[in-house]
Amino acid sequence: MTEPRVLRRRDAEFPQLLAAIHDPPRELYLRGGGTPEQLSYPAVAIVGARACSGYGRSVARSLARELAAAGLLVVSGMARGIDGEAHRGALEGGGITCAVLGCGIDRDYPAAHAELARRICERGLLVSEYEPGVEPAPWRFPARNRIIAGLCHATVVVEARERSGALITADFALEEGREVLAVPGEITSALSGGTNALLRLGATPVTGAGDVLEVFGLSPAQEVRTSVGSAAESLLRNLREVALTADELVRMTGIDPAQASGALVELELARLITLEDGVYRASV
Amino acid sequence: MLARAVTQTLVGLEPRKVEVEAHLQPGIPGFAIVGLADRACQEAKHRVRSGVVSASLEWPLNRRITVNLAPAALRKEGSGFDLPISLAILAATRQLPPERLADHASVGELALDGRVRPVAGTLAVAEGARRGGLRRVMCAAESAPEAALAGIEPIPVRHLAEAVAYLRGEIDAPAFEPLSAQELEVQGGADLADVRGQERARRALEIAAAGSHNLLLAGPPGTGKTMLARRLPGILPRLSRHEALEVTRIHSVVGLLPPERPLVTEPPFRSPHHGASAPAVIGGGAAPRPGEVSLAHRGVLLLDELPEFSRSVLEALRQPLEDGVVAVARVGGHALFPARLQLLATMNLCPCGGRGDPAVECGCSAQRLAAYREKLSRALLDRFDLAVAMPRPRALELAAPPGEESAAVRERVVAARQRLYTAPPRRTEEASELLSSAVDRLPLSGRGRVRVARVARSVAALAGSAVVESGHVAEALSYRMPAELPSS
Repeated sequence: MTEPRVLRRRDAEFPQLLAAIHDPPRELYLRGGGTPEQLSYPAVAIVGARACSGYGRSVARSLARELAAAGLLVVSGMARGIDGEAHRGALEGGGITCAVLGCGIDRDYPAAHAELARRICERGLLVSEYEPGVEPAPWRFPARNRIIAGLCHATVVVEARERSGALITADFALEEGREVLAVPGEITSALSGGTNALLRLGATPVTGAGDVLEVFGLSPAQEVRTSVGSAAESLLRNLREVALTADELVRMTGIDPAQASGALVELELARLITLEDGVYRASV
Repeated sequence: MLARAVTQTLVGLEPRKVEVEAHLQPGIPGFAIVGLADRACQEAKHRVRSGVVSASLEWPLNRRITVNLAPAALRKEGSGFDLPISLAILAATRQLPPERLADHASVGELALDGRVRPVAGTLAVAEGARRGGLRRVMCAAESAPEAALAGIEPIPVRHLAEAVAYLRGEIDAPAFEPLSAQELEVQGGADLADVRGQERARRALEIAAAGSHNLLLAGPPGTGKTMLARRLPGILPRLSRHEALEVTRIHSVVGLLPPERPLVTEPPFRSPHHGASAPAVIGGGAAPRPGEVSLAHRGVLLLDELPEFSRSVLEALRQPLEDGVVAVARVGGHALFPARLQLLATMNLCPCGGRGDPAVECGCSAQRLAAYREKLSRALLDRFDLAVAMPRPRALELAAPPGEESAAVRERVVAARQRLYTAPPRRTEEASELLSSAVDRLPLSGRGRVRVARVARSVAALAGSAVVESGHVAEALSYRMPAELPSS
């Protein structure tokens, strides 16, 4: 591994937004192919629960994809669940993403995301305020969250329980006067308890990538919609109303199962839908 | 006084000729069996002695009896030596003509009243006898149809007295009923018509059958994963004569053949419990015995609740899945067991089983979920060509009309196999392009690409198409391993 670079607070490249928070880190360790200037790009944090639903994963991924494609730096914490999906989505969108770690810069935590870390590093950055060798510890993650919020103009909470760590990130963002947005979830699902509470407190609801881009004064990336076949169109119409399994789609549209499977892949390749645990959802 | 009978013992599945020599000499009465005989074999002394007396034959008194099982260095096991040992002793005491034993192999266990009982592995013994140039094999009446499969004349005997009478030439060889074609007809197993809904999973099952692909079914409990899996053998083509003999030999050695159906004509179906040990699944033991993978040879091995199997079993599975054969090396010998099988596995989407079920909220922590899924190594999941998520059907689906019957599906599978064998469809340029773009856009590796291409070929063959079109590739892509599971 190449020697991690260090960015000190007095360096010109130290991101100004982060320097402006209540207790900015004295130094930042950087790893990856990205440049330190990337940290000063217009950035959005996409955070949420580790244990999340298929809906949360799907939204995090397609949202990150749209936002990264529109030119925003997508920042998250590389945790399992929503965080990981946010990074993956940004990579899919061909954008740049930055992961803020709660452990030493040389560690890939969680280990299952080592491959993800490698992909982030290709063009983006891993960032940590901890020197190499520091072990991950529970109390380091809230501290890490202040950096995530600090780097970004806006923080989007995708899915969070009432007492999720993602809400800590939202709190930091609010304290620093940054924008906080939340993705509405089902009111009956405990997984959406935290995000729905944020909405009640006045967070901006996210109903599409446009809502986030508006905060940055950007317009959505020019939509070049891939044309899909008629069977695919008909499936998509149904999915725009509600998430469904392949069998339910077959039943509702009367399309032959073999053909429907092919059409669903067509939609997936066109990035118009996502698949989680056998359930298909329209992208945001 | 010396006499010798011929039989066969098995090393793994391979028969080896064994000469049973009986030598009687005056001296202190005694009865010894030498030649690396195992416990069951040693106990033959008591059965043979009682059997001979019960058959109203004379047990040599005041004689020292030595029975040698040659070659002496080869380990012998089982109770099949009872009959040859008693015949050799009777020939040594000239109660039957010794020369008659030279062209009869014999195998069978004796009851204390002299009846002859069937033993496991009769088919392999009969095959060994035929290869050794013998024309007849004497065995229990129940085993005769099985022995006849080896292309040798069986001499079915019910009792030791009957065997002796035949060898003395007092009676003709007892008759036996060869297998009638009717007996080989299959009794109807579980039918696909019972499965309502789950159209996609049914379709995947059909494709898996057509291309002999390994299939993984993932979904919450109660969605019919196991029910569907059990119906795979019913849509596979029947075994050819050659395959049937291969399978029958293995099942015979383990003693699994039902006497009324000695020839296995349907693809076997095995589903070991997830507590099974590696030797039980793969094969092994001090004297190597075939495991579940070999019992599923030319058929289906279902691993229900795949992540519950021990890691050592799952890792040991990779080699037979790749090579189609299990090599068991032991101090006592070396054995090869065929294991060309189709693997079917089911799993829940999470340890609590709630995931993928709209009615239940999954309570698994992220770590627990990751640990559950990481138990399946990438290398193992790479062996599955198709994966289908089976979410819980809603009420609407259960009310669906019964599905298509197995027989109709089997016809399509047979036709597709024929096509794959004679003229495998080739990809069109368009289809290749779609495959390449999928590699770019989906998490799909080079190996994954090969698997998708293989499945696409089966899809095309099922459709009766001479070429693999992009639609076929698209469908094949929909059965790739879900991104949530570690796979390349």
